[in-house]
Amino acid sequence: MTELTQEQETESKIWSQGFIKGMTEEGESLSEINPESGPLGGNAAKAHSHGAGAGVPDSSRAGRLTSYKLADFPAITGREEDWRFTPLKRLRGLDRVGIKGMELNGAAPLVEASAPEGVTVETVGRDDARIGSAGIPEDRVAAAAWENFSEATIVTLPAEFVGNADNVTTLTLTGQGDTPAASHILVHAKKFATGVVVLDHRGTAVLSENVEVLVEDGADLTVVSIQDWNDDAVHASAQHVMAGRDSKVKHVVVNLGGDLLRTTPTARYSGTGAEVEMYGLYFADAGQHLEQRLFVDHSTKNCKSRVTYKGALQGDNAHAVWIGDVLIRKQAEGTDSYEMNRNLILTQGARADSVPNLEIETGMIEGAGHASATGRFDDEQLFYLQTRGIAEDVARRLVVRGFLNEVIQQIKVPALEERLRDSVERELESSAL
Amino acid sequence: MSTLEIKDLHVSIETEQGIKPILKGVSLTINTGETHAIMGPNGSGKSTLASTIAGHPRYTVDSGSITLDGENVLEMSVDERARAGLFLAMQYPVEIPGVTMTNFLRTAKTAIDGEAPKLRTWTKDVKAAMAQLRIEPEFAERNVNEGFSGGEKKRHEILQLELLRPKFAVLDETDSGLDVDALKIVSEGVNRAIHAGGLGTLLITHYTRILRYIKPQFVHVFVDGTIAEQGGPELADRLEEEGYDRYLVAETATA
Ligand SMILES: Nc1ncnc2c1ncn2[C@@H]1O[C@H](COP(=O)(O)OP(=O)(O)OP(=O)(O)O)[C@@H](O)[C@H]1O
Ligand SMILES: [Mg+2]
Repeated sequence: MTELTQEQETESKIWSQGFIKGMTEEGESLSEINPESGPLGGNAAKAHSHGAGAGVPDSSRAGRLTSYKLADFPAITGREEDWRFTPLKRLRGLDRVGIKGMELNGAAPLVEASAPEGVTVETVGRDDARIGSAGIPEDRVAAAAWENFSEATIVTLPAEFVGNADNVTTLTLTGQGDTPAASHILVHAKKFATGVVVLDHRGTAVLSENVEVLVEDGADLTVVSIQDWNDDAVHASAQHVMAGRDSKVKHVVVNLGGDLLRTTPTARYSGTGAEVEMYGLYFADAGQHLEQRLFVDHSTKNCKSRVTYKGALQGDNAHAVWIGDVLIRKQAEGTDSYEMNRNLILTQGARADSVPNLEIETGMIEGAGHASATGRFDDEQLFYLQTRGIAEDVARRLVVRGFLNEVIQQIKVPALEERLRDSVERELESSAL
Repeated sequence: MSTLEIKDLHVSIETEQGIKPILKGVSLTINTGETHAIMGPNGSGKSTLASTIAGHPRYTVDSGSITLDGENVLEMSVDERARAGLFLAMQYPVEIPGVTMTNFLRTAKTAIDGEAPKLRTWTKDVKAAMAQLRIEPEFAERNVNEGFSGGEKKRHEILQLELLRPKFAVLDETDSGLDVDALKIVSEGVNRAIHAGGLGTLLITHYTRILRYIKPQFVHVFVDGTIAEQGGPELADRLEEEGYDRYLVAETATA
């Protein structure tokens, strides 16, 4: 009898108390964080790569190019590590901006805001000083968006703003058609602000987007980015989180609708004692390519990161990709990090790629680990549930709902949780066998 | 009173080497209140019979019939059979990631009864049934069978038997893989279900050990896809002493 098929299962937990392979404990002599080589660097206008000094291999995430300038990035061939899973042909030109006259000048999604009193939502020009305070492009597509957006939307939670599940700020971003477009959003939680901001992407779009999430000291911010586009949408979204000292950030990605979604969240720390939780939920159905590539860059002491991404796949050529890069730099002593990805394949013909990648440059950490597993909802599971009287469609729903609920229940905004449960149900129905 | 009737059942499976007949004419009638033991060597087709009754898609019924109070069971889907009152405790219960026992039990009970159980009494019933089977309360929040030991899985099968209250229960080697204490606990559970009334039981086992705790009225010896001998409880005693060799020798002799 076949039980749950573990196509790939890796699990590891590394503790600083133990000996970590290939690593020396030299915590006493580590230098202070150098702001010049900090995550956003000093001179952002020029191409530069971080930490590419001696001893950092090219394949290291620390060595990857970051720049605001499109021209600094070479053309994408598809063989690069960070593009190898993406079907470039289906990017509808987002990867070729600046090449052979390819432009990124379509109308950006229409932004409708609903915000509680105290929270401001502004439309600003490219020259606004706040832009660039939390992020920097790490790939050509994001750099193209950065160079080409014409206006940005900035959401500001004022200092000590008290937000909760009942006064959520929502930006509804409605795609304006299939002309390739660029957009830019900055969510800014000032000192000690708390609150929830939802970015709700819908409609039809071919969009390259940068989302900056700037969380100042002591703030506690939840950002939920929902991608529930029409079937034909193409969306590349680079989401840059910058967590301040003692801040708490919960970043949630929900990828449901669209032909090709490539979401690349990055978490960086500008102070010590910050905690970043990154959750993701995706449901790929027939023909969909849903790619989520994460990067957690631990460059400061005593910070925590938790990554939990779960996805269900159903139907022919449903493809999900999850890449979890975690880098614990030499100076990031006391880091506590764990990342996990689980996929549930519901039918034949669907494929999930899951690659955790942990780089640790110091032995002086609390802990670091990763887990990745892809399981199948197979005929034996279905049979078992049916022998208990549960009909096939109910059984499937039971399993998927249970599987994804771990992520949904983390959002802690009842209205939103309800909506996501409904969306998952719809996904299940629309691609029923 | 209900009757589960199996008549001249022929079942085959598709293998890489071609079609393989497994059940070669099995007839068996079970009435409410009766306990039948099916005993037989490895590979004789016991699980195939159990899975065919439950409706596993891998098994093809070539001829013969299964009826429940005259209704054609073979025409029912797997879940319809369960709702009609058939229950299969599996030899290898399946792990269902992401679904907690609590959620699973409630969903199953709702499906079987056609309406959701009353929350207060249901929670109480589940707790009591778990306690009787010495299942720690934490299991309620664990995923179905995930990471359970062999013995824990079997206890949970009997938990479901007690909570879902079927008309007929097929217990496929519920005793295998259990130590003596667990065997007692599980047997007590089966006996409770039997004594609660309204249940006919088909107890499939390789060993006679469980028959010290659960007393069948009928014993059927299964060899190579057919019933080689039937009798009362005394047949089990004889098997305990002699094993299955007698039947296997006979089989090679006639082959
Ligand atoms: N999926 C399958 N593929 C190939 N052969 C199978 C399959 N399922 C059952 N069989 C074969 O059918 C025969 C009967 O198997 P079955 O599992 O019903 O026996 P059993 O009496 O339950 O044995 P056990 O005591 O080991 O549980 C065996 O020869 C077995 O190898
Ligand atoms: Mg068997």
